[in-house]
Amino acid sequence: MKFNAGRLTSNVWMVGVFVFLYMPILTLIVFSFNASPMVTNWGGLSLRWYAALMEDREIIDGFKLSLRVAFSTGCSSVILGTLAALTLHRFKRFPGRTLFAGMVNSPLVMPEVIIGLSLLLMLVSVQRLLGFPERGFSTIWLGHTLLGMAYATVIVLSRLQEMSPSLEEAAQDLGARPLQVFFLVTLPLISQAIASAWLLTFTLSLDDVVISAFLNGPGSTTMPITIFSRARLGLSPSVNTVATLTVAVVSIGVFAASILMSRAEKRRALEMAAAYRKAD
Amino acid sequence: MATAALKSQSLATKLTGAWGRTAVISVPMVFLLVVFMLPFLVVFKISLSEMDAVFFKDIFTLRDDVIVLTLKYGNYISLTEDSLYFNAYFSSLKIALITTLICLAIAYPFAYFMARSPADRRPALLMLVMLPFWTSFLLRVYAWKMLLADSGVFNNAAIAMGLISEPLKMMNTPFSLVLGMVYTYVPFMILPLYANLVKMDLRLLEAALDLGATPWQAFWRITVPLSKSGIIAGSMLVFIPCVGEFVIPELLGGPETLMIGHVLWDEFFSNNDWPMAASVAVVMVGLIIIPLALFNKYQAESTGGGRA
Repeated sequence: MKFNAGRLTSNVWMVGVFVFLYMPILTLIVFSFNASPMVTNWGGLSLRWYAALMEDREIIDGFKLSLRVAFSTGCSSVILGTLAALTLHRFKRFPGRTLFAGMVNSPLVMPEVIIGLSLLLMLVSVQRLLGFPERGFSTIWLGHTLLGMAYATVIVLSRLQEMSPSLEEAAQDLGARPLQVFFLVTLPLISQAIASAWLLTFTLSLDDVVISAFLNGPGSTTMPITIFSRARLGLSPSVNTVATLTVAVVSIGVFAASILMSRAEKRRALEMAAAYRKAD
Repeated sequence: MATAALKSQSLATKLTGAWGRTAVISVPMVFLLVVFMLPFLVVFKISLSEMDAVFFKDIFTLRDDVIVLTLKYGNYISLTEDSLYFNAYFSSLKIALITTLICLAIAYPFAYFMARSPADRRPALLMLVMLPFWTSFLLRVYAWKMLLADSGVFNNAAIAMGLISEPLKMMNTPFSLVLGMVYTYVPFMILPLYANLVKMDLRLLEAALDLGATPWQAFWRITVPLSKSGIIAGSMLVFIPCVGEFVIPELLGGPETLMIGHVLWDEFFSNNDWPMAASVAVVMVGLIIIPLALFNKYQAESTGGGRA
């Protein structure tokens, strides 16, 4: 009897939290198909806001820029994050390690207004001295990379820590050079983590308002900045359609990625099994 | 075996190893020094400089063959004298603290139940917690505007059902702000707590129960103390960004909930007073430096485990 009561509490609590987490997303999706221009009054099913979105130059141009920034951010964050994770995992002692770890981890929690303001003030000072960089794509990319790198490091590092060190040692014993060990053993083993880090930093960048607002220049307004300024003024049907499309793309992306990953996992398990059979 | 193989490595390989090590460390190190550390020093410098008509002056000037260092601490004086700033800092800390406590109250039982659920169900549950991370945070915060507005979904539904006759004022209040903050940050609390609780050795609880502890006693005296590092990590992951949060108060907050992120934004974008914005930022960093150190200490100690 007591056990069941505990089970009931546990289920109710978990369902409650999931409702809390998902209800707003579902509301956004449902009301994006609303025919009424009053965002929260149901006026029947319609695709009119999607048609309007196709004509919305501001959103479309912003989206193109955001996509470019997000793609570049994903790549640069993953490269820097992997190097940082390798550093933290491999080299337990080097001058400045504490500082290094602090600098990698702090952007995870540092308020974005501080990151945005400080980067901008530095870039402006550099620009006064050297005449570049102009604010725009490259400066937004730089700011997003700082944030993305921190997330990428956490993801890749946790994979490196789960990995058995004996695999790399075996490769070394068999005469592989450090670079060979990295490209033939380590990299394939952490490739999944790198893929999810790329996806996460891509979405983080696609979503960022504050850092972009500080670092953008004339004519480089990303999609979230446009959405934010519309949402600030009030409810807007265009925001709902963008939200629904984002959710659709992300769900498809996450779904496809998890299928690809589980397939790769299975293939590797099969190859390992085959290798053991040969060894027997 | 291993040592023999290492010894047989040629000198050239060892050299590439040392070079490789330096290269691996220095690329992210230089990037972080230039993009993360240097900007802070610049902000500190600018917070002490004077404002010209449109631009801040350099703190070093050359006057009659003398390099003059001018430090203007006036901005910091105004920070202490104008109650606007004090109130904004205070309410930011208060709202961040309330948000952290509510997140902990929701997330701890959740993470606990998740960690004790059947092992084959846990990956799916974890996936469900993580999934909102992948959908736009900005849009999810906006969604609450739809739900809570005077003519929003909740009020419309309640009026239609005859529960209330006048719409309840929920938007642009401390309630809507804290709700939005909790909603956004609760997964950041769940994940480290779950990672910690799932690793716990359940035999310790059995031992406590065998020795006559009630389940409640065992929970408070074994489970909670053992999950201390998860509680600290989660709380810092929520508290620190909440202090400087800008987007959520902007969309869901109201006149009673002025936060410091907004003040900084206004100084910069509306008043164009860059040195003042820089001083606001410097003091904000000062306020979060201790929580930040705690967070970094935990991150350094944590061996990674189940953290996503």
